[in-house]
Amino acid sequence: MTVIRKLNAPAMSKCILCYSCMLACARLNYRAHSVTRCALKIKTAGGISGKYVADICRSCIDPTCAHVCPTGAMSVKEGGGARLTKSKCIGCRKCVEACKLNYLDFDEELKLPLMCTHCGICVKFCPHGCLEILTENKEGGQ
Amino acid sequence: MLYQNYIRVLYIDLFTKKIKFENREDLCEYIGGSGVASKIFSELADYGSEPLAPSQPIVFAIGPMSTIFPICTKAVCSFFSPQTGEYGESHAGGRLAMAIRLANIDAIVITGRAQSPVYITIKPDDIIFHDAEPLWRLGVSESGQYMRSMAGAPGNRSIIRIGPAGANCVPTAGINVDTYRHFGRLGAGAVFGSKNLKGLVICGEKDFAIKNPAEYNKLYSEIYDKATKTGLMAKYHELGTPKNVLPLNKINALPSYNLKQSNYEYAANISGEAFAEEVLHRKVSCSGCPIGCIHIGWLRKLFDAGYEYESCGVSYDHELVFSLGSQLGIKNTTGVLNLINETEEMGLDAISCGVILGYMSEALEKGDITLSETIVEVKFGEIDNYLKAINYIANPPNDFYRDIGRGLYNFTARKGGDSYQYALQLGGLEISGYFTGPAHLIGGLTGIRHSHLDNAGYSIDQKLLKDASTLSAKTVAEKIIEEEVIRSVYTSLVICLFAREVYDLETVCRALKVIEINASPDSLKSVSSKILKNKLEIRKKMGFCIDNFPLASRYFETPSPYGLIKKEFTDEIITHYKKLIEQ
Repeated sequence: MTVIRKLNAPAMSKCILCYSCMLACARLNYRAHSVTRCALKIKTAGGISGKYVADICRSCIDPTCAHVCPTGAMSVKEGGGARLTKSKCIGCRKCVEACKLNYLDFDEELKLPLMCTHCGICVKFCPHGCLEILTENKEGGQ
Repeated sequence: MLYQNYIRVLYIDLFTKKIKFENREDLCEYIGGSGVASKIFSELADYGSEPLAPSQPIVFAIGPMSTIFPICTKAVCSFFSPQTGEYGESHAGGRLAMAIRLANIDAIVITGRAQSPVYITIKPDDIIFHDAEPLWRLGVSESGQYMRSMAGAPGNRSIIRIGPAGANCVPTAGINVDTYRHFGRLGAGAVFGSKNLKGLVICGEKDFAIKNPAEYNKLYSEIYDKATKTGLMAKYHELGTPKNVLPLNKINALPSYNLKQSNYEYAANISGEAFAEEVLHRKVSCSGCPIGCIHIGWLRKLFDAGYEYESCGVSYDHELVFSLGSQLGIKNTTGVLNLINETEEMGLDAISCGVILGYMSEALEKGDITLSETIVEVKFGEIDNYLKAINYIANPPNDFYRDIGRGLYNFTARKGGDSYQYALQLGGLEISGYFTGPAHLIGGLTGIRHSHLDNAGYSIDQKLLKDASTLSAKTVAEKIIEEEVIRSVYTSLVICLFAREVYDLETVCRALKVIEINASPDSLKSVSSKILKNKLEIRKKMGFCIDNFPLASRYFETPSPYGLIKKEFTDEIITHYKKLIEQ
């Protein structure tokens, strides 16, 4: 049985724009102090007085980022979304261009796309429960 | 600079439009924030010239822990105050500290005067001067929108700018930071105005690799949990600082009607609870703080028949609920939001503005000033006329408004007579929303920026109240100085003062060690004393003398939690303070 994990942002109206989620991802996934190196972005639509939105990997059932990858570094994940194998990535940016929601960013220094692993560390550090990890058990998985 | 043995300083000369960077090892001993900003200011201040002379510097600084640990979110601004004529320092949150960090800068120094209005975009690899002539007299929100769309700086950025009050060099003008924060006090906005500087857009994408990930992540989580799970900071998130309104009112410590009273019969109408239940729209954080203490009220105004409404979000906190609420006899939350919104748009210090309006209301009642001067009948409880008067303070139509916009100390010094005796200022700066007792008065008078946050006199008063009958003046003076030294550590680091219980000095030293700075609680206190001495030297050179600021008689006529405060006792505290400071 395979456990499928998907990051979701069901309660962004509760967001306080603290960036704790982004800082946690940067800190724990990229050993970085900066919110510029993380795999999700909290954005404002219309400034601080407008709406706050989470720019996250939405685990597409048909992930174009994986389909266009010439090396197989970005591969289709069972249940939706894609997985990045960093060692196979050549930094061609095709996945970034193909992302249907324009979510994926490319880190010029690491020469890698900043791809979400749906690890849930951002969820743990959100003080208001704006984010969640959805899990699903899939019979017969690998 | 993080993980480096220098402070990276950006110098901007507005006259020549030339810039330079310096990596200064000598500044590291001043930690950052308030310590570094005041040190740089002391080097460049033109002590013999007016505060608004083009040569005067304005300095911004962050600290080594800024956005690296939770709730280290403030930036410090040092300048020559046009309001008090002495050292000016103001602190602001928002996104600014993070933006300066990402721009790979520790401190920004601006000198000179641009030949025509400009605003500046600061990026790690570029500094751009933009023509700000069309924006010069626009309100704060509109100019912010233009700067956001025109600066070409997407992503993690901070926008600071002045409104009409700053453009008119009104000495009580502030600088608005992002949408809801400010360098409000002491006239930093007038300094920008005097330099033909509308504002700054600061942005960047600089990353810093974590050097000690295991220790860092462990300590970060510990501090984060302490801040979010222990209740130490819960009050700041729940009702925010307006939680103070009802408890202060109950003990006769909430100034109202220009401190003719220390309790307010309509306190329940403008309490933290009333704001939360009636108008609270959302809570917001500074970047890197999980608390969310910025409370936004939704202001809805009918502007025409046929149910025509306009609406907007307005940030409120205790100080403004006092200055634009109880001080002015405003009886409801919407009225307070209305007045806050106008001061925001004009770019005025909302505390000073409200206290000035309260003074004007009483002075007009007494006949000390006339309607021909005020143009509108400023009267306790009358919102519409206050709105017009706020506009006049920001855009002075006559000499009266030009004078009163300089603050109550300057206004009453010129006017003479008894006008000083009911002008609510301490050390030349209008009071904040507490009338807790003698420590608050002397703390405000002596504090380095005359802010209630310098030494928390209001808190000292409340802690010592149980021993009121045996309280010695020396104890009060000692506690004021002790607290100011401790707070100077936090303002140099620059940790939000709301988080001081989360960051005891042992925790601070552990955090510094993880980012490769060695310090002990004693060494921090020692550096802090040195920083404070530097600031005292600055203001001495500027001619500051406590004796020039006698306490108004109003402070001794209205009951406080200590009953009527005795002037002899405050004099005694001042005497001890002077002796202790000499040591």
